[in-house]
Amino acid sequence: MIGILSYLVFFTTIASILAIAVLGLNLQWGNTGLFNGGVVAFFGAGAYGTLLLGGTSQTDHIGGLELFYPIALLGGMIIAGSLAWVVGILTLRLRHDYLAISTFGVAVAFENLMRNAQWLAGGAKGLRGFERPLRETLGDGFLYNLSFLIIVLIILLGVYWFLEILVRSPFGRLLRAIREDEHAARSLGKNPAKIRLTAFVGGSIIMGLAGGLYGTFYAFVSPQDILPMLTFQIWAMLIVGGAGNNKGAIFGAFLIWAAWTSSGWLLSRFAPIEAQLYTGAVQYVLIGLVIVTMLLWRPQGLFPERLVISQPGQS
Amino acid sequence: MIAGYLPDLPILRGVSLTVDAGSLTVIIGPNGAGKSTLIKSIVGLVPFSKGMLLLRGKDVGHIQPHQLAKHGISYVPQSNNIFRSLTVKQNLTLALRHAGKSAPNRLQNLLQQFPQLSVKLHDKAGALSGGQRQFLAVAMALSTSPRIILMDEPSAGLSPKASQEILEMLRHLTSTGVTIILVEQNVNQALRLADHCYILAEGINQIDDKAAKLLRDSIVSEIYLGGKRLKVQQ
Amino acid sequence: MIQHLLDGILFGSILSLGAAGLTMVMHILRFANFSHAELLSIGAYTALVFDQIFKATMPFFSAQVGSLSITWALFLAMAFSLFLTGVSAILFDYLVFRRIREKGDELSMVFASFGLALIIRNLIGLIFGLNTQLYSKDIVFATILSRDPLIALKPDQLVTLLITLLIILVIHFVLSRTTFGYSLRAVGENPELAQVNGINLRTTILLVWFIGGGLAALAGVFYGLNNQITPMIGSDLVLPVFAATIVGGIGSIYGALFGGFIVGIAANIALIILPSGYSPSVPFLIIIAVLLIRPNGLFGESRT
Repeated sequence: MIGILSYLVFFTTIASILAIAVLGLNLQWGNTGLFNGGVVAFFGAGAYGTLLLGGTSQTDHIGGLELFYPIALLGGMIIAGSLAWVVGILTLRLRHDYLAISTFGVAVAFENLMRNAQWLAGGAKGLRGFERPLRETLGDGFLYNLSFLIIVLIILLGVYWFLEILVRSPFGRLLRAIREDEHAARSLGKNPAKIRLTAFVGGSIIMGLAGGLYGTFYAFVSPQDILPMLTFQIWAMLIVGGAGNNKGAIFGAFLIWAAWTSSGWLLSRFAPIEAQLYTGAVQYVLIGLVIVTMLLWRPQGLFPERLVISQPGQS
Repeated sequence: MIAGYLPDLPILRGVSLTVDAGSLTVIIGPNGAGKSTLIKSIVGLVPFSKGMLLLRGKDVGHIQPHQLAKHGISYVPQSNNIFRSLTVKQNLTLALRHAGKSAPNRLQNLLQQFPQLSVKLHDKAGALSGGQRQFLAVAMALSTSPRIILMDEPSAGLSPKASQEILEMLRHLTSTGVTIILVEQNVNQALRLADHCYILAEGINQIDDKAAKLLRDSIVSEIYLGGKRLKVQQ
Repeated sequence: MIQHLLDGILFGSILSLGAAGLTMVMHILRFANFSHAELLSIGAYTALVFDQIFKATMPFFSAQVGSLSITWALFLAMAFSLFLTGVSAILFDYLVFRRIREKGDELSMVFASFGLALIIRNLIGLIFGLNTQLYSKDIVFATILSRDPLIALKPDQLVTLLITLLIILVIHFVLSRTTFGYSLRAVGENPELAQVNGINLRTTILLVWFIGGGLAALAGVFYGLNNQITPMIGSDLVLPVFAATIVGGIGSIYGALFGGFIVGIAANIALIILPSGYSPSVPFLIIIAVLLIRPNGLFGESRT
């Protein structure tokens, strides 16, 4: 019984962390129509940043400033945001697929850097030396994991609540206006480029938050955690859930994560020994199929964006 | 005819046009009246949801843009009506694609008709002056030996002399039996050379009459020289 | 240094062929096709399959051509591969991209292309296995052009380069002297005007996919020939091919051809300074440099 409960806590923690990242992507893609092809880079920047800032000093790489945990987490978010700012400044004024290619390239370069730069973050061995916060008080067991889950859920709800308010605010309307008709928005005196940058950086900061929590949970991060597959998983979550809809984003995260973990379990359980090497490939084909079929059949997702009519006097 | 770029937002709300063979008809009207949309919906670049296209009495349904030549129609858009990155010769060769074996002859004929183009044969079309580009556009339209030419604002951006040349050339073409339909902003010059004129406002016909009569008409001068706003017939 | 230059030119030929097809699709259909690089993979594996078939059924074809490692069987297999990969490209458009395009969303096509790439890449892995394969296990001796500094050139590499140059000449001829070439350039510049001048847009798009697929297949076979055949060919080459299109300017075939060589040479020269682990990042750095200095690339124009 405890085993199942323990697993559920673990599952929900990861799903919630990923849901936070999906919410960040929703701000960029769902609300503003920006295509982030390198979600994992900003997620990873948050993870590595938090662990470097909050971890203990290690001999073979920099970092280890042992900062107070919330500051370390914030630091990770800022690093993610700065990376987004640099990429955004260069690409947001160009045609939309330049952003796709550039962000994809950022992710490739980021993973490449982390894998090779041992002095920076441990290279392929990964980043150690991070102590999970409050470990002395809560220990290493079920109690800790449960408490961590509660914190993550609180953060998730906070991000959700914040984004819901944002969507209904004048800024949210502005984002939709720019997404739908940039010329009209520009004629109203708004600067679309600056606003897009704000949305892009904002979404990336949220992804960095998710990454920081992810790294904290495992107290370890390595280049294996920032492979392109994570980008595809997060997209699949948003596409299935419903781009433009924050509830859909969270739902999609849980649904896809459940599908991923259960398909992984089924494959490893029932596939013959010789085929075990290929279970990953099967899962990747499945995720590709999910993405393509959703886009062909129901591109608005399971929970489409509800049109927010915000004129006074109308419901 | 009811047509527009978005199905729920028609720009044309009730337009009827009848054109005699071998005539020069001009469509004028204020900006946003739907003149360009009318031409585009005839040639199939904009869909029309209600209406009929009768060509020499036969209902031709919705025309596909790449099959215009089959119906004997040529269309010259208002701007970007030649391929700038191709040379004059390449533009004409492209327009003459379906002429097959007679293409070299047709090319020679066109160059005789448009001597100003033959000296610029190997220049990129983007390097030509405004007037020369318009002549090239007309030459391309003529390459399929059309019975009808639809042209959107041929004198746009041209000097008065160049626009006079273009309009006179189009007038001359009608003497060979070609029917010409123009959308024009340059009302005076156009009305002087045209047979018939339609005035479009807010997507609906307003007036149609012989061009010469309209030239002296007080309503036309009111629309185009300021004054009262045209009352829209519902 | 010269060896790096030679290797770079070789890699550049592969990228040029891959980028030429991609740039037209990106320009005319307005989307970054992340599955294009998988066409190179399909090309390489299709040639492998037919090569094995021909070797098995017509043993006299197993003879190598001259001092190359390429057999007659492989040449024949390449022809089949070009055709079938071109057809696959048309098929993918028909099954996936066209329907999404008709719904009007360009960015969804980019998403879908990612998904499609995942499917193709991993299906190839499932069908052919994850290990590396080669067209020929025979050892081919390189010609030593100079001993100090060491410059060596394999006959396969020379053939790759020569065939690529030949294709580039053919492409140039088609674009500058044939009506078909004019119609391709016309569609790239102004699709509406092209239509009213009698060009059937759908047919042109089909041809662009087919030709792009064929060129990609050739590039894939050359890559497999000069390196190895693995299911990762697509994911290894997707960023460099994109970099080539961006350097050359999206929509310009000449740009893509030129850009391929620039990226190939730069990626190899960079190995002089950077440790080899970083070479996947070089195309990205090139993209950033282009975006900083000249976003439209060498020959690109922003679309009207």
